[in-house]
Amino acid sequence: MSSPRDVVITGIGLVSSLGEGPYAHWQKLAQPGLQPVLEAARFAPYTIHPLPEIDWNLQIAKRGDQRQMETWQRLGTYSAGLALDDAGIKGNDELCATMDMVVAAGGGERDEAVDAAILAASESRNDRDVLLNEKLTTELRPTLFLAQLSNLLAGNISIVHKVTGSSRTFMGEEGAGVAAVETAAARIRSGQSTHVLVGGAFQTEHSDMLLGYELAGYLHRGAWKPVWQRQGGEGGGVVTGSGGAFLVLEQREHAESRGRKIYAELGPVVSGRAKRRLGELDAEIATLLSQAALPDGELLAISGASGAHAATAAEKAVLDAHPAIAARAFSTLTGHMKEAQFPFAVALAALAVDRKAAYPAFDTTVEKLFKGVPKSVLATAIGYHQFEGMGLVKAA
Amino acid sequence: MANLNDHMGRPIVAVTGIGVVTSLGVGKADNWAALTSGKSGIHPITRFPVDHLNTRISGMVDFLPSSSQGSSPLTYELAETAAREAVAEAGLDSGDFGGPLFLASPPVELDWADRFSLYNSDKQGAGAERLLRVARALKELDIFETTQFGSIADRLADRFGTRGLPITLSTACASGATAIQLGVEAIRRGECDKALSIGADGSATAEALIRFSLLSALSTHNDIPEKASKPFSKDRDGFVLAEGSGALVLESLEAALARGATILGIMRGCGEKADDFHRTRSKPDGSPAIAAVRAALADAGLGEDEIDYVNAHGTSTPENDKMEHLSLSTVFGERIGSMPISSNKSMIGHTLSAAGAVEAAFSLMTMRESVIPPTINYDNPDPAIVLDVVPNKKRNAEVGTVLSNSFGFGGQNTCLVMAREPV
Repeated sequence: MSSPRDVVITGIGLVSSLGEGPYAHWQKLAQPGLQPVLEAARFAPYTIHPLPEIDWNLQIAKRGDQRQMETWQRLGTYSAGLALDDAGIKGNDELCATMDMVVAAGGGERDEAVDAAILAASESRNDRDVLLNEKLTTELRPTLFLAQLSNLLAGNISIVHKVTGSSRTFMGEEGAGVAAVETAAARIRSGQSTHVLVGGAFQTEHSDMLLGYELAGYLHRGAWKPVWQRQGGEGGGVVTGSGGAFLVLEQREHAESRGRKIYAELGPVVSGRAKRRLGELDAEIATLLSQAALPDGELLAISGASGAHAATAAEKAVLDAHPAIAARAFSTLTGHMKEAQFPFAVALAALAVDRKAAYPAFDTTVEKLFKGVPKSVLATAIGYHQFEGMGLVKAA
Repeated sequence: MANLNDHMGRPIVAVTGIGVVTSLGVGKADNWAALTSGKSGIHPITRFPVDHLNTRISGMVDFLPSSSQGSSPLTYELAETAAREAVAEAGLDSGDFGGPLFLASPPVELDWADRFSLYNSDKQGAGAERLLRVARALKELDIFETTQFGSIADRLADRFGTRGLPITLSTACASGATAIQLGVEAIRRGECDKALSIGADGSATAEALIRFSLLSALSTHNDIPEKASKPFSKDRDGFVLAEGSGALVLESLEAALARGATILGIMRGCGEKADDFHRTRSKPDGSPAIAAVRAALADAGLGEDEIDYVNAHGTSTPENDKMEHLSLSTVFGERIGSMPISSNKSMIGHTLSAAGAVEAAFSLMTMRESVIPPTINYDNPDPAIVLDVVPNKKRNAEVGTVLSNSFGFGGQNTCLVMAREPV
């Protein structure tokens, strides 16, 4: 039974190494045997999935705005613009001014050259705190701070795309993306919002972004492998990718009244915090599955599995215990996109529902065939280190 | 029987626990005594050398065990300390809170102390390549966790037994107010009957200070630190970077009354509006701040004539105070000249991610104690800003309703309306 306050998806903005936009992603991902776009040399021994070529002008018209951002904020602002365009909201002042926004964000890029120079100088100086003051006061670009601030991705989206109803930024890796979608959906269901822009971006092509994983040894090293096949490999199992994913979530009645195409309905979104040190992760994932109101029969699952050994093994074990679930771990083809991971999974789920077709296996040695028409698709994001969530996307 | 739902039929949200830490001290009692006697917590920086720095003063919290341990440990300790006070006052189980956690905290980065020690623990290679190689050989997770944006909330969730996935958020200087707003909304939607909202900020590092200095945002009145923060004064020249934390236990009025809890105040309304003008400056006509104030009043179901006192954002930057005056005078009209409006930041500085929560805590105490804390250092009024700023000395006054403003870098504006009584 549909209800006027259902949450529906009316806009999708995607960027990854595979290209940009929902159409390009569907075209590529629907091809059996698609090979990932990899960059193995620049950050060796780590492989990453790099950004495609992007003409920023297409979504960020003013050069002045582009100059105020580094790549991460540009990527997020660009992806958000794609979603707004796709939903027919971009440029509509009234819809933008009443649109709420929840962005899932980490931090932006530091100045690597300044940092490297300070570190090099620290080898011959004992007064490192003074060294820091000396270098930072003279060498930091003032605007770089704004390009680093987590909430300034949302700030830039307001400035560039005029989305100003409200603006909130959630932080905390994959969990931030889960909570952003969950909160946006709850606002719509309760009547607090009619339309919400929600999503995130991750720019991995910067050493600090790799360091954020590698301080706990999470990155995969050596030859690239699909997500499910990294257990026991050299390193921690995560291969990262640059990308962005934004969704326009809308109240069904609001979307219908303005005659918009609806990709899919967003059903229950559930989240959790397993105490992983106590071995609770498998049970928590199973609990979330039971809360997601899964339909009977065969079910396609768009898995946000990162490849991180423990979390990915736990997710696989729980999914394998449900013989009706056919999982597709998209990070095999895009890399792990941290805060953008869950919005990306929801977007791919919505595309499959809309196209009435499943994706072929992204890893034919592990992933099962799915033959039917996917009326409901599960999207998961089990954090590489902490926090878990999933959502069920349904035919509109 | 009290009315348990508000003018829009939503559950009324009560405050049953308050906790606070600022440079003035730990806990409500010490803070309130200092705040109402016009005492400043702004002092010379001693945590790191101030060579080459234009600003050499701050409102850092220097008296906690983690004060010299880096941003993440200090932010955690600030949050934990304020939350412990709030949960204890609410009379709830401090290890089994049983509601969601909303944490406003600063974005995290690898501290320079750790960067230096990692880098210099090896001699091979240079720059990022060396750091990455050293990083992957680490056997402990301590440094890693300081770089994960969700880790402080994860630890707090363990500590207090909060329910579900904790939300860590940033809306810059409005963050603390947003954390409260998220808690209020979750209760109103019926997702929970209580929530723990915390704003905490222990990120006053040398780099943070330098970054704000490069944006010309900080006061450089170093000579008499306690005089540097002077909101609404003609010679104000920037904010004073500070640390602190505020925590509120929010509960549906129904649940709070049912368990016989003391009602410390009511969260009547929340309003927000984003600014699309500029990354650090607000729209010259003040329209986003005006819209945020009006949205909060509408959400609270109160008219412009029903606010007794404004707890100002009042940062002491030339820009903010001018814009805040413009927006308040637009909303409240002529009445603004006779409404008391004071800035806690004149004494505690700008606690950034914590500010909205710290100032909500003080707003609630203002109503409970019937005492309005002053705006200190108001010796040289800005003639363009005609406000009753409660200059220099506290004022005894019955205060039934408060508007608390938070306006952030990046254009995120959030206003809270609080009331002493449920009706």
